[in-house]
Amino acid sequence: MTSETLVEINDLNFSYDKRAILKGINMTMPRGKVIAIMGGSGCGKTTLLRLIGGAVAPSSGYVKIAGQVVHELGRDELFQIRRKMSMLFQFGALFTDLSVFDNVAFQMREHTNLPESVIRDLVLMKLHAVGLRGAHKLMPAELSGGMARRVALARSIALDPLLIMYDEPFTGLDPISLSVIGNLIRRLTDALGMTSIVVTHDVQESLKIVDYVYFISDGVIAAHGTPAEVRGSVAPFVHQFVHGEEDGPVPFHYPAETYASDLRLGSSLA
Amino acid sequence: MPRRIALGIRGVGHRVIDSVWRLGRASRFFMLTLLKSGISLRRFHLIIREIYFTGVLSLIIIVVSGLFVGMVLGLQGYETLQKYGSESAVGTLVALSLVRELGPVVAALLFASRAGSAITAEIGLMKATEQLAAMEMMAVDPIARVVAPRFWAGVISMPFLAAMFSAVGIFGGYLVTVVLIGVDEGSFWSQMQNAVDFRYDIVNGVIKTCVFGVAVTAIAVFEGYDAPPTAEGVSGATTRTVVTSSLAILGLDFVLTAFMFRGMS
Repeated sequence: MTSETLVEINDLNFSYDKRAILKGINMTMPRGKVIAIMGGSGCGKTTLLRLIGGAVAPSSGYVKIAGQVVHELGRDELFQIRRKMSMLFQFGALFTDLSVFDNVAFQMREHTNLPESVIRDLVLMKLHAVGLRGAHKLMPAELSGGMARRVALARSIALDPLLIMYDEPFTGLDPISLSVIGNLIRRLTDALGMTSIVVTHDVQESLKIVDYVYFISDGVIAAHGTPAEVRGSVAPFVHQFVHGEEDGPVPFHYPAETYASDLRLGSSLA
Repeated sequence: MPRRIALGIRGVGHRVIDSVWRLGRASRFFMLTLLKSGISLRRFHLIIREIYFTGVLSLIIIVVSGLFVGMVLGLQGYETLQKYGSESAVGTLVALSLVRELGPVVAALLFASRAGSAITAEIGLMKATEQLAAMEMMAVDPIARVVAPRFWAGVISMPFLAAMFSAVGIFGGYLVTVVLIGVDEGSFWSQMQNAVDFRYDIVNGVIKTCVFGVAVTAIAVFEGYDAPPTAEGVSGATTRTVVTSSLAILGLDFVLTAFMFRGMS
């Protein structure tokens, strides 16, 4: 592991109810980079984020963040390390009983003893970074999907984390919001010098902003490389995924009996 | 046929084991809530905010129900007592019924359906919309920050709501029997004062409300936290809160009454 590496994943295996979700994953994520983890729905991407965040423990292998093995940490140590990381949930997960301002101020009030006047300035600065300073009095129910995602982004950078994990940040957004969120992820990563892990299946948008891509299929890393390498890849899985082809290594049909036997053609012919 | 019987027995066994597991989880969760109450007790404004939602906003249903229950008690009590020429004892009947039984029990039942279901639905929806997971990822313990304030707010609100229920109920009884029917006001109040004992009636009633408060809010927060994170899960949890709380209130009421009032003349 180099000194520039923030997250190191080594031979990571995870099973749920005896079903293997992740099998022998190895990844290295340097500081200051945007890393994308791509794959079809249910391939284990979100589970990987949960493992990095310490929400679940691996069956074997480990995730190291800043040199600490996450699943070996006690609850207090885990909470200490979580103060250095942040997660943007798929639909923002804003606290619906708090205003936009209070959502962004939440961690500051919970984890620091900053006076309210300083918190106010910091919150407005964070909201300004995502373009929503003017919306600080609104409640989450009054925000559009894209705005909620931006507020959640402001909340996730509240304490200037070393690592932000984004769980499907582009899902359900219109093209303008999608582009805004993509650019914000890139700009904030560069400005704050943090590491961003973006779990997504939005290929075109993510390839514009990320430094490195891992493809996960069926619980293993199917391919990895820079966006340029990915675009030029002839590997069947990458090609199918990047170009959105219907059939290929990822089959269109769910495993089933033969079509003829399901339609009982064999028995009627017999 | 024997296979069906075996499957039936197995099903019953599974349900029993599941129930015992759930009871264990609930007990563990209750202990964790108590252990992690430090933050909410230190930052009391968190509890005050929840007292507003669970206690203050339940006042209307409590006051209106209390008034009608007291009025009905007054009417029924007068109807029966006048046959024996002791209609002046109607104040005693109304007050003792309310302070000992109806105040704590009916207020707790109303509290379970109004505030308990709201607590479960709120926590369940917070779970379903990943708000609790987000809090965990922010290194903030949801049990300390979300569950404990709601639990203590319920425990604190319940005795006050029951007291309000009984007070308004007695006023309802007064309205019907004294103002409308014309029972003597002096004997209404003086007989009530003589008959209601502070230690045996008021204190026991308050103890009941505290126990009901703990039971209802403990059930409500657990059901919300344990709810499957889906629309069906939250709706099922809300229903279970009302049903389980109501049964717990009635069961506990019998046990407490048996301990408190046995052998009294």
